[in-house]
Amino acid sequence: MIELGHFAAFLALGAALAQGWFGLRGQRDLAGQMALVSCATMAIGFATIIVAFARSDFSVALVANHSHTLKPFLYKIAGTWGNHEGSMALWCLVTTAFGAAGAWLMRTDRPLFEARALGVQGLIGVGALVYLLFASSPFTRLDVPPLQGASLNPLLQDPALAIHPPLLYLGYVGYSFVFALAAAGLIEGRIDQTWAKVARGWSMAAFVPLTIGIMLGSYWAYYELGWGGWWFWDPVENASFMPWLIGAALLHSVIVTEKRGSFAAWTALLAVLAFCFSILGAFLVRSGILTSVHAFAVDPMRGSFLLAGLCIYGGAALVLFAFRAPSITGGAAWALKSREGALMANNIVVIVATLTVLLGTLFPLMAEAAGWQMSVGEPYFNLTFAPIMTLALIMLPVVQAWSWGHAEGRGWVQWAAAFAGIMAVVGVFGFGVWDLRTGAVIGIAVGIWLIAGAGIELWRRAKTPGRLFRLPLRVWGMSLAHAGIGIFMFGAVIETTERFERTLALSTGESAEVAGWTVTLNSVRSIEGPNWYADEAALVATRGDEEAMLSPQKRFYPAARMPTTETAIHKTPSGDLYAALGDFRRTETGQVWTFRVYFNPLIDLIYIGVILISLGAAMTMIPRRRRA
Amino acid sequence: MRARTRRLWTVGVAAVLIVAAALLAIFALRLNADLFYTPEKLAERGGPELGLSGKVGGFVEPGSITFGEGAEMTFRVIDDSPHVIVVRYEGVTPDLFREASGVVATGTFDGEGVFEATNLLAKHDENYVPRELKGIEGPAS
Repeated sequence: MIELGHFAAFLALGAALAQGWFGLRGQRDLAGQMALVSCATMAIGFATIIVAFARSDFSVALVANHSHTLKPFLYKIAGTWGNHEGSMALWCLVTTAFGAAGAWLMRTDRPLFEARALGVQGLIGVGALVYLLFASSPFTRLDVPPLQGASLNPLLQDPALAIHPPLLYLGYVGYSFVFALAAAGLIEGRIDQTWAKVARGWSMAAFVPLTIGIMLGSYWAYYELGWGGWWFWDPVENASFMPWLIGAALLHSVIVTEKRGSFAAWTALLAVLAFCFSILGAFLVRSGILTSVHAFAVDPMRGSFLLAGLCIYGGAALVLFAFRAPSITGGAAWALKSREGALMANNIVVIVATLTVLLGTLFPLMAEAAGWQMSVGEPYFNLTFAPIMTLALIMLPVVQAWSWGHAEGRGWVQWAAAFAGIMAVVGVFGFGVWDLRTGAVIGIAVGIWLIAGAGIELWRRAKTPGRLFRLPLRVWGMSLAHAGIGIFMFGAVIETTERFERTLALSTGESAEVAGWTVTLNSVRSIEGPNWYADEAALVATRGDEEAMLSPQKRFYPAARMPTTETAIHKTPSGDLYAALGDFRRTETGQVWTFRVYFNPLIDLIYIGVILISLGAAMTMIPRRRRA
Repeated sequence: MRARTRRLWTVGVAAVLIVAAALLAIFALRLNADLFYTPEKLAERGGPELGLSGKVGGFVEPGSITFGEGAEMTFRVIDDSPHVIVVRYEGVTPDLFREASGVVATGTFDGEGVFEATNLLAKHDENYVPRELKGIEGPAS
């Protein structure tokens, strides 16, 4: 069975090669058909891996190394991509699928351009498939199959495993097609409005799943790691965040190119960079060269292949860009005080902010090359990325309000004064009444600024309430997404600065106070799951009339010989009461269980904000209805 | 506006921003990059002084874990040198923290040379050793 998959993957490689060949020669139809063949055969290949996992076929090395008969069925299936080889197979599948989708959906009047885009996508598929088949094959058989598998890292045995990696890959790999479009445009020397119309759709198609994927990962880490936090500025998180930031910049720059024809070279460069940062991210994550708190499949040796791939594809595209960029000009003229001017400034700020993340992420490597062992943590990012990005967010409503080409009306001085006004009011309440920290005050001001800015923008376009709901979906999507950033800012700054954390050591029947809640340990009992057993604490938390039961667990997975923490979360409108069970200790005073209890205020706003961003972005993709 | 003037502005703004960001980043790195010490490296350095902060890593010396009041605990970190670092930590230990396991602690030294840890990181799974500890022989577990 797995041999069939192996064979199919080779066919997919052949088809991808043919797709590259025909595509670059300009044969649109043949390249498109090859893209479909490549996707279909890779799907067969991937399906055989899933079947091997579902049937716990331990004669397949991958299954023997990463699965177990007692593992719940969902994790057998999702475990397919819970390891290096399987996740690379998924990567290949998504790459070929984007090629097939491109062949299916691209409808311009430029067959040569489409052919070349498919050709480049085919070559990207070739790279991924060669890496899969020759450096990380999931299709290897064992001569002597073991009776039982080595199981999956218990930290990954969570329903989120089923959707978090596939969504991230849709995002990362989605940028491969944007890259292909940019390369095809650069080969032709034509990055114009028609090009941008196509590229905008595909950038959105990558951006939305990437956003949701990162959010799911953050939420997963929040409830699984038991540290109460949702973002740790960990290298693995940064690896996904950098392509997201570049993608966000691209999303806005490509709109300028679509509407006005300007920024063409810049947009093409961002399109190339978005995919380069995706591969860089894959390299940082896979190679394990940076210390991370998250669980994922690591293989230092094979990581270097990804670095080579990054150099080859990224280098080729940048050389092409260097040759073509000077000849790509055109577009409508614009003044500094215009939407273009403000957007360009905003784009530069976002890219600089991304560079500070890159520096913080790679600095430990550079230090090590100089003989130092160092690490860079949250305080660095709070001091660099946060203020720079805040600048970009403050500029956001200005970009919306200024019109294309040359803006009339309020200049940046008036806008700055308006923001200073909001800042002053929030400052008076924040410092004087609520006793907040500086970061929180600025964050709240920016949050209000963005939400108000989105509302005012809707009103400015509609002018009367009746027309509000007849505005195009694109306008609604934009406003929702921008308001979403504001809501996210609210949640993020308040949760980060006002989070309450306490470590408790309780014996049975004992109580303690945490953030206005009285937490009592009723009992600790042993329970058993399908492939684990656990200590489960029964905590009762009361606040006034409100009462909540919290049952945090400490699980032990015998197959992997590994414990995990299962947190308990009680949601309230003002935030999450969050408890993680620690260890059992015999101290001088008696026997206690340790707990980590947090109150995470307004944490849901973070996720609501991000959902609005994704929803808004998705809405802008829906084509406008034609009026009959 | 002429394209040349516009380009000049764009490049100018970008240059100013990049320089400002670079200065900010250097400042933040000097303030916040945590140096990593094993017991051996700390001894080479001539021991800790009050307020020295950073990361400390090595292996938990078997038999050295003691629990104090509440959630407080102390343990000794060793490497393949004769030196040790005493770590005090108040809190819940990571899932894989146990005797002889690799550990990386973040915190500050107090006046008596005891490392007050605010955060502990133990290895992830059976195959994972914190990167900083690669190349150091641990005690048999």
